[in-house]
Amino acid sequence: MPTLGDYLLVSGLLFSIGLAGVLLRRNLLVIFMGLELMLNAANLSLVAFARHGVTAFGLPDYNAQVLVFFIITVAAAEVAVGLAIIVALYRLRQTTHVEDLDRLKF
Amino acid sequence: MLTILFWVFSVLMLASAAAVVLFRNPVNSAMSLVLSFLALAALFVTLDAYFIGIIQVLVYAGAVMVLFLFIIMLLDLKAEARRKLNIAALAGGLGVLGGFVVLIVQVIKSLPTGADQFPALARTGYSDAYDVGMTLFGNFNLPFQIIGVLLLVATVGVVLLSRRSLR
Amino acid sequence: MDPQLYPWIILFAPLVAAAFILFVLPRHNVAAGAVGIATVALTCFLSWKVFLDPSLAVTAQINWIEVPGVFAVPIGIILDNLSRVMLVVVTTIATLVFIYSAGYMRGDEGIPRYYASLSLFLFSMLGIVLADNFVMMFIFWELVGVSSYLLIGHYFRKDSAADAAKQAFTVNRVGDFGFMLGILMLWLATGSIMFAGIEENLSALTLHPGYLTAACLLVFCGTIGKSAQMPLHVWLPNSMEGPTPVSSLLHAATMVAAGVYMLARIFPILLAAPDVVREVIMWIGAVTCFAAGLMAIQQDDIKRILAYSTISQLGYMVVGIGVGATGDVAMFHLFTHAFFKCLLFLCAGSVIIALHHEQDIWKMGGLLTRMPVTALCMLAGGLALAGVPFFSGSFSKDNIIEWAWLNNRTGFWITAGAVLLTALYTFRLLMVVFLGKPRADHAAHAKESPLVMTLPLVILAVPAVIAGYPWFISHFFDIPYAEAPAIAHKIVLGFLAAGAVLAALLYLRGPAKDPVRIPLFANRLYIDNFYNWLVARVQGGLAVLGSWFDRWIIDGLIVTGSARTVWATGYVLRLLQLGNLQAYAFFFGAGVLLVLYFLVFR
Repeated sequence: MPTLGDYLLVSGLLFSIGLAGVLLRRNLLVIFMGLELMLNAANLSLVAFARHGVTAFGLPDYNAQVLVFFIITVAAAEVAVGLAIIVALYRLRQTTHVEDLDRLKF
Repeated sequence: MLTILFWVFSVLMLASAAAVVLFRNPVNSAMSLVLSFLALAALFVTLDAYFIGIIQVLVYAGAVMVLFLFIIMLLDLKAEARRKLNIAALAGGLGVLGGFVVLIVQVIKSLPTGADQFPALARTGYSDAYDVGMTLFGNFNLPFQIIGVLLLVATVGVVLLSRRSLR
Repeated sequence: MDPQLYPWIILFAPLVAAAFILFVLPRHNVAAGAVGIATVALTCFLSWKVFLDPSLAVTAQINWIEVPGVFAVPIGIILDNLSRVMLVVVTTIATLVFIYSAGYMRGDEGIPRYYASLSLFLFSMLGIVLADNFVMMFIFWELVGVSSYLLIGHYFRKDSAADAAKQAFTVNRVGDFGFMLGILMLWLATGSIMFAGIEENLSALTLHPGYLTAACLLVFCGTIGKSAQMPLHVWLPNSMEGPTPVSSLLHAATMVAAGVYMLARIFPILLAAPDVVREVIMWIGAVTCFAAGLMAIQQDDIKRILAYSTISQLGYMVVGIGVGATGDVAMFHLFTHAFFKCLLFLCAGSVIIALHHEQDIWKMGGLLTRMPVTALCMLAGGLALAGVPFFSGSFSKDNIIEWAWLNNRTGFWITAGAVLLTALYTFRLLMVVFLGKPRADHAAHAKESPLVMTLPLVILAVPAVIAGYPWFISHFFDIPYAEAPAIAHKIVLGFLAAGAVLAALLYLRGPAKDPVRIPLFANRLYIDNFYNWLVARVQGGLAVLGSWFDRWIIDGLIVTGSARTVWATGYVLRLLQLGNLQAYAFFFGAGVLLVLYFLVFR
């Protein structure tokens, strides 16, 4: 039977992969996907803790699952808005290459 | 049985997540991401979180990724060209990553409850939508309403941002 | 009125008068003069009363600064014989000068300023006379310097006068620096600044002869400055830029004598010090005496001749401190010199006014018939100065020279030789100014000065003649007379006669210009030129150094340097703003990593 630690380890690795995507890829959209991976890793660990913290009724701790619900919702909204920004940016600069966005450079 | 399922879906998820990062064609990355989400939903199910698993498939794989693909098609993104590796940046990024991995492993190892098996549930194979719903609309009603408002705001924001000219 | 208050009134009345004239009467010439003269007459009257009342308390004190157990500077009054006599001398001469000034300064535009400064000077001088501790004396010493500065620079619109005032103050300062170091050394060794206190602790000091020698010689530096000894004599001739009454009061009779008075005050300390101290004092005095005489015989300005004469006579007094058995040997000469030198200066002022501010003796002549009173008074003063027998100067000067015979034979020859020079320049002055034919128009039309000026002359002529006689001076001092062999006195008389004869040979026939011309002496041994060169060099060098330092180190390094450093730091930090999203993410991630590490594992 997998232990809590196993689930957390998987979650951590998923988070690291997402972080790798953010740091190492040049395409804005792929960076965004990495962000989503990180969020999902957090969801996984939350659900694992929910399953671990069983209440007196013999049920998982649904508070954590409700939090995961909220995170999914907010992530969806964030994706929508983020992609709208990327589209607007593409309309302006005709690029999704992150290195081309250097207007804030000194 | 559960262990095997866990390992299979974990490996699948991690592999497709790695694929997201490694593919050069953004469409391929998006498809790998879908696969990763599905595997994650399976992991949720192994944790007896049925409602959340379904929501994950519906919202993430069903809506969010579709939106991603729409945008990729809209912007007509090509595969990224091979480019010269910037050794310094690569080294820096991998360094940070390595540090993270090490840190996380250490933390998890030192967690006292990390080696616990999951406690038994009062009943299994039971749809927990009712229980989740009761918790959601009972204890978390206010946050729920606020999330509704948030979604409204997001919608308005997206409409505004997609205009041709931001008047 | 309580006689105990007299010394305090004597001391502070001139200060009150000065303040009153400055603040209430700045535009009233006559009133200012009246207040000044009335005040000085009051101090003179009270001084004579104090002098004639030997039972008056010897000391009285106000605690001025006091740090308990550590440090106390009182304003104190000491009334021993020395200060009583000096009080009388200073106030009497001051009274006569104040009255004379009313005539001399008529028509001047700064009369109230003049009388206020004179009153301030009187206050300061009396402070030196009455001081019972070193610090108080030093304070009033400096105040006298300030008053001198104000008075020399009375005609401040003239560049030469302003420069002379600055020079007087600065050169005095050099001497005062040594003076202060000497005071500090004595205070450090004995723990007391009171004269009496130091004298009590002398026995402990004599165990460290080197220290005591250094302290005494440093204190003597004050005298070198104030009494215009070599090499700090250069300010006194230039101080003649001030009005003549000022020259007579300050730079002949009283202020310059303060240096000698101070040495007489600390005479017990000088006696306890190793002999080398008094030997050095004697040598400086002797050299000054002789060199000033050399310079005087070739000067053409009537006041400068008298100025160098003053330096020479001060040299005699300093020699007297060096060789005399007690301080009264030098004080005797100070006493007689005050009267006859003041007389000489006032007579010179009378001549100058009569000739409409002419000061070159080669434009005078034949004034004996035109200004008889002045001429006779000046003759009396001149005879006293030269040391002609029966006049006051001979008694005091010969006493010093005979003490020199007993203690230092070389010093005897130098001072005796100076007698020749003294006679030479004195008779040169008298013959050229008063005898022969007038050499210029003003001289031809000269008239005798008004009574307000001639009366002080006559009054001063009396002590110029009689002040030396034992039956007179014994009321004031207890003079130790030198028991020198008769040959010494004869040698001195011989030098005197030689000088007089030489002067007669050269000047009696009233030549139109000086038959003898010795540039070395006329140019004052080129000492003034040397000082100018030195100051220009040193000051110029320091100015260059200072300017370099200011430009390169302060402006360049510190001001610009700090500005540049800030700019550079800003530049370096700005390089972090790459505008690259992933770079920011990298920094962010690294930061999170560090924070987590420190939170979790430490």
